[in-house]
Amino acid sequence: MSTTTTQKHKLAPEQIEAFGKELDDLRARIVADLGEKDAAYIRDIVAKQKKLEVAGRALLWAGWFPPAWLAGVTALSLSKIIDNMEIGHNVMHGQYDFMNDPEFTAKNFDWDNTIHADSWLYTHNYVHHTFTNIVGKDHDATGYGVIRVTDEQPWHPIWLLNPIFCGTLQVLFQWGTAIQELESEKFFAGEKTWEEMKPGLRRFRAKAGKQALKDYVLFPLLSGPGAPFTFVGNMAANLVRNLWSSSVIWCGHFPEGAETFSIEETEDESHAQWYYRQILGSANFTGSHVVDVLSGNLSYQIEHHLFPDIPAYRYKEIAVEVKALCEKYGVRYNEAPMAKQLWSVWKQVFQLSLPDSTYTEGPLAGLREIVTFPFRKKQPTAGNDGLQVVAAA
Amino acid sequence: MSRMQVLTSSRMGRRFLDSSFAAALATPHSVDRYVEMIDPLWSRTETRAEVTDVERKTADSVTLTLRPNATWAGFKAGQFVKLSVEIDGIRRTRCYSPANSQFRRDGKIELTIKVDPNGLVSPWLLANATPGMIVQISPAQGEFHIPLPHPRSILLISGGSGITPVMSMLRTLTDRAYIGKVTFLHYAFTPDDVIYREELEEIQAKYEGVRIIRAYTNSDEGDLQGFFSREHLVAADKHFAEAETFLCGPMPLMDGVRAVFEAEGISDRLHLEQFAAPTRTVPTDEATGELVFAASGEKADNNGQTILEQAEAAGLNPDYGCRIGICNACVSTKLTGITRNVLTGDLNTDNDVNIKPCISAPCGDVSIDL
Repeated sequence: MSTTTTQKHKLAPEQIEAFGKELDDLRARIVADLGEKDAAYIRDIVAKQKKLEVAGRALLWAGWFPPAWLAGVTALSLSKIIDNMEIGHNVMHGQYDFMNDPEFTAKNFDWDNTIHADSWLYTHNYVHHTFTNIVGKDHDATGYGVIRVTDEQPWHPIWLLNPIFCGTLQVLFQWGTAIQELESEKFFAGEKTWEEMKPGLRRFRAKAGKQALKDYVLFPLLSGPGAPFTFVGNMAANLVRNLWSSSVIWCGHFPEGAETFSIEETEDESHAQWYYRQILGSANFTGSHVVDVLSGNLSYQIEHHLFPDIPAYRYKEIAVEVKALCEKYGVRYNEAPMAKQLWSVWKQVFQLSLPDSTYTEGPLAGLREIVTFPFRKKQPTAGNDGLQVVAAA
Repeated sequence: MSRMQVLTSSRMGRRFLDSSFAAALATPHSVDRYVEMIDPLWSRTETRAEVTDVERKTADSVTLTLRPNATWAGFKAGQFVKLSVEIDGIRRTRCYSPANSQFRRDGKIELTIKVDPNGLVSPWLLANATPGMIVQISPAQGEFHIPLPHPRSILLISGGSGITPVMSMLRTLTDRAYIGKVTFLHYAFTPDDVIYREELEEIQAKYEGVRIIRAYTNSDEGDLQGFFSREHLVAADKHFAEAETFLCGPMPLMDGVRAVFEAEGISDRLHLEQFAAPTRTVPTDEATGELVFAASGEKADNNGQTILEQAEAAGLNPDYGCRIGICNACVSTKLTGITRNVLTGDLNTDNDVNIKPCISAPCGDVSIDL
């Protein structure tokens, strides 16, 4: 994500409105078609996920036998990935609310992950999807406060560790998202009191405690003498899920070309302008059908951001029309193979670890900025970049 | 029953599935979600039922026999249940009164559904209901039932498909060998339209204390002809003022009976059950009707704004997030009435469905669970 290759304001306001109208029409057509096919799809996916989960747990019960351990971890990893991505994420967006079935109603659903559903509904469904990529409002747009993903986050020597922060967050992704709503960097910076932290902490304890009990106590105990194998196997499955889902999410908004926005420029935006921002701020990645399912169809991140409450497996057919519309209006449609998008993300994570002057004024200027940082007068910091404040304090 | 179902049918198995240990293993999902892999009927929380028999007793009705799972707590004759079926991927819920005796030995539930040709659920059931189908039902609800101890004299009045709750009362009374007097006045177009005609004849032949009066509006047969009147009432039971009367039927019948009882000054002896079919009339653009916030007991005159705005104006504090219909934070259950999606103009006419209050405006009377 960077601001260097922006396309901002290339479309005239009336063009944006016409573009938005066509997207509304597209949406209406899909909504009118929702029904049995979609219900059958999600039920089928849930049935498969449950089989993988049961198989994974059963195989890990014989985890002392290496092939069983490996197969068990594979099945359980896939189960957790599908549970989180194609089922949990999408059901909790209300994509299947139209079924009116309590089992598939967003408000009733919770996933096999440490982040509490209510917490996610707030940080993701509300904040991230409403204020997508608005620096200062969308916590995701500034790397959750722990990764520098845009040059709109001011540089500080702590960002020399940017690649390490990024890798660590990937490994611990489920725990990172579980405490995301706390915005704990604000607590350490003194912007948030302990009292304000309490409701979120309570949710965290309730959900994460149950998850840990299941994966790290009860199922290992059920394995008797094989407990260590089950323990490590469950940990491995959670790790695989963490690496995969964070990679999918990184690819959605952090690749080069995905734009960020300021609070001022998005004030009073129309419904069509909101659509426009969603497209400019998101990136798709291409891959096989299996990749689509395992990513919860977030491979169609653009379509997901346009229509977050339409069943995700439909994005593939919707994408054909969205792409054609983007071509018609000359709107950039950011799409590349997954490997390329991931590469682009990591390249930027490394680049942004160094001061911006490295690229604008040359490596020497960058080096000078790093060395002299402790002796320079503090500039007033803009935005709500927590870590900057933490490090300066 | 497969061998695996021993888990759900044995006492040990059920005790395990009900335990907090099983819940901790299944977390964050419900135990049901996994058990239904081997037994689709089993649930700890939801009353699911298997359709075991489908009969089409008259041309425009369908009678379902249901075998409910262990969560079914029974009902009192006269009460109703909410039946949910999935039609084209969407769960639809309607109220029906069981017609069977509350003491039925096999524990099954009999629902007789009158087909409304303009409706959605009843024609679908007529065409598609088959044994083996799994449906959901709610716990029994409603105050329409015979009080205990039973009154000495009971008058039952029904019209058309309104026969089901009073049929349940009649069967329950005969099942428990009730020794008082029962008079049953039933209205139908013609004899062919009486859903339980043969059984009613059998009951009359068997029980001396039961008197059955058939009234037909479009036929010369039967004991009485034409619509309800005071004369009909007297002909059915001249001591009607001493009885407790239970009434269920179409609106004109209900209004007629109510008026006579009011004139007699015995409204307190009249108990009635009334089902409103979902409204299908397309409303005008003008803001009319009343918005009822069922959970908080507040009410407001509809002013045409979104339900979220009207709830806030009424002093409520509902959850919300984006206020533009994308984040789901405000989703609530619309109990009755029609709402309009202010973004698309689409109307939602179903009862008991989730809507987004931030982009829904009421059209006429609406009740919402806020």
